[in-house]
Amino acid sequence: MFNLTGDLFLQAIVSGVLLGGVYGLVASGLSLIFGVLRIINFAHGAVMMLAMYATYWLFTLLHVDPYLSILVTGPAFFLLGMLIQRVVIEPNRFAAEHNQLLLTLGLALFLENLALVLWQGDFRTVRPAYAGASFTLGEALVEVPRLVACGGAVVMAVALFGFLRLTDVGKAIRALAEEPEGAMLMGIDVGRIRAVAFGIGAGCVAVAGALVTPFFYVAPDVGESFNIMAFVVVVLGGMGNFVGALLGGFIVGLAESLGATALPGSLKQLVVFALFVLVLLFRPAGLFGGGRGR
Amino acid sequence: MAAEVAGGLALGLLLVAPPFLPPYFLEILISVMLFGYLGAAWNILGGYAGQFSFGHAAYFGIGAYTSTLLFLRLGVTPWLGMLAGGALAAAFGLLAGYLSFRYGLRGPYFSLVTLAFAEMLRVVAVNTKAVGSSLGLVIPSREAAPIDFVFGGKLPYYYVILAMTLGAVWITRRLERSKLGYALRAIRENEDAAEASGVDALGMKLRAMALSSFLTALGGTFYAQYFAYIDPSITFGPAVSIQGLLQAIVGGAGTVLGPVVGAFVLTPVSELSRAMIRGRAGVDVMVYGLVLILVISFLPNGLMGWVRRRPAPGRS
Repeated sequence: MFNLTGDLFLQAIVSGVLLGGVYGLVASGLSLIFGVLRIINFAHGAVMMLAMYATYWLFTLLHVDPYLSILVTGPAFFLLGMLIQRVVIEPNRFAAEHNQLLLTLGLALFLENLALVLWQGDFRTVRPAYAGASFTLGEALVEVPRLVACGGAVVMAVALFGFLRLTDVGKAIRALAEEPEGAMLMGIDVGRIRAVAFGIGAGCVAVAGALVTPFFYVAPDVGESFNIMAFVVVVLGGMGNFVGALLGGFIVGLAESLGATALPGSLKQLVVFALFVLVLLFRPAGLFGGGRGR
Repeated sequence: MAAEVAGGLALGLLLVAPPFLPPYFLEILISVMLFGYLGAAWNILGGYAGQFSFGHAAYFGIGAYTSTLLFLRLGVTPWLGMLAGGALAAAFGLLAGYLSFRYGLRGPYFSLVTLAFAEMLRVVAVNTKAVGSSLGLVIPSREAAPIDFVFGGKLPYYYVILAMTLGAVWITRRLERSKLGYALRAIRENEDAAEASGVDALGMKLRAMALSSFLTALGGTFYAQYFAYIDPSITFGPAVSIQGLLQAIVGGAGTVLGPVVGAFVLTPVSELSRAMIRGRAGVDVMVYGLVLILVISFLPNGLMGWVRRRPAPGRS
């Protein structure tokens, strides 16, 4: 069952870390939305999937490089996120907690199957000239697009962190996450900030989507696995804990790829789910604390 | 009075009309009943106890696989296999429930952990050769043998699922007026207050869990016998979990008839949307998503909740 020789082990670590960065960015968006709106967004993966299709169509029809397309998809999905929040989420702000959860579930079902209706279930790929580029690091193979995805995700997450710390809008977002009533009393336009936070979350996951398309596939249900991974990461890192989300991303990426090396078939997913259940049961506030469990 | 007459008429139609229906409508009616049944089973835990499971596929799958494996490998009739599957599912439900409730998982956290349990079972089924891995299991077609839960034609299956659904509705009605039912609703409204007034929240929630998972597993066996084919993603996939809760939410969670009413609305809506946009997979689920959003936004207590709030005609 276990065949962890040195080379495979090193390779698993490299792959895990590289994918972990992307999980971290996806989860950061999810965590931000949870922190401000107090909802677990089931539609997060579906938004990522839409962004991947946007990247695919820009590449296929207009020959726009996937990385360059972020300049378009990032802002566009920020606006889409704000629109979704305004039209679907905000009117139900006072609905019961489980109904808000079901709302995002309905949104996920709608978006995913809209994609299925529009573009069928075929796997599509975006393969720019550099898609196959790679180099070796010791005994491990490093694929350049995966390295770029991880680097880009970390840069984006750090930029977001800076934005939350340094700008007025960022400070308002943090204030709202910490103390909603206090924020309102201080004259913060909480409705607008909620929309902005949801928009940023959507923007983050759109960037993550664009970053993975050069080495992933695009299909209507592609967001599901990322969505579940992001849940695991966010719970691991602590709901609403931003730095925790990034660190959690690396932990889950490593757990998944080490699991894939050690276990046959798709049993690697078992490792991730087991980790998820264990953390939910025993550390619901996250490994690093600071999150809001239960 | 008017409600009783309407209910009696509806029940009479459900009993008498199906032999005269064209096959296509009979199939739709079987779907309505199966989904209504799954909704009713989910409703006990989700609607009455307020514990929103996103992982009832786990119990559905355990039911389908247990009876099918017992039948294929040992020749045990699925009528008995059904009970074995129900017992196994209830045991798994109690284990999952004990872990989740014992460690205080509430609200969305409970939903997430149930989803994870179901997904774990799916992954295990996909990777286990002994249960057919991702190819699934086929129940070979044979002569009709009612003793082995195999019938010629669809009509007998209809009456089986009708009986199961009526049974689930009856159990829900009994539950609603029982001590357990009152305790569950108290827990749903405010668990801490319920505990403070002496309700054994953990024990009550576990009872709801066991009943809900047992009933869901029976639905899994019915599915396996009716379609004669099961695989991990059909039985353990998230779609099954969503189907059950969808019927209950749309019809009215925490009401006796809500899940069945939901199924009578949702299934025709899905059939219509499929007929309107032909040859495109996903239309029906897309519409489900839209309906879910609209119901939460405009009828947060489902159709039954909406009916209840309106004064009865002629009585205002």
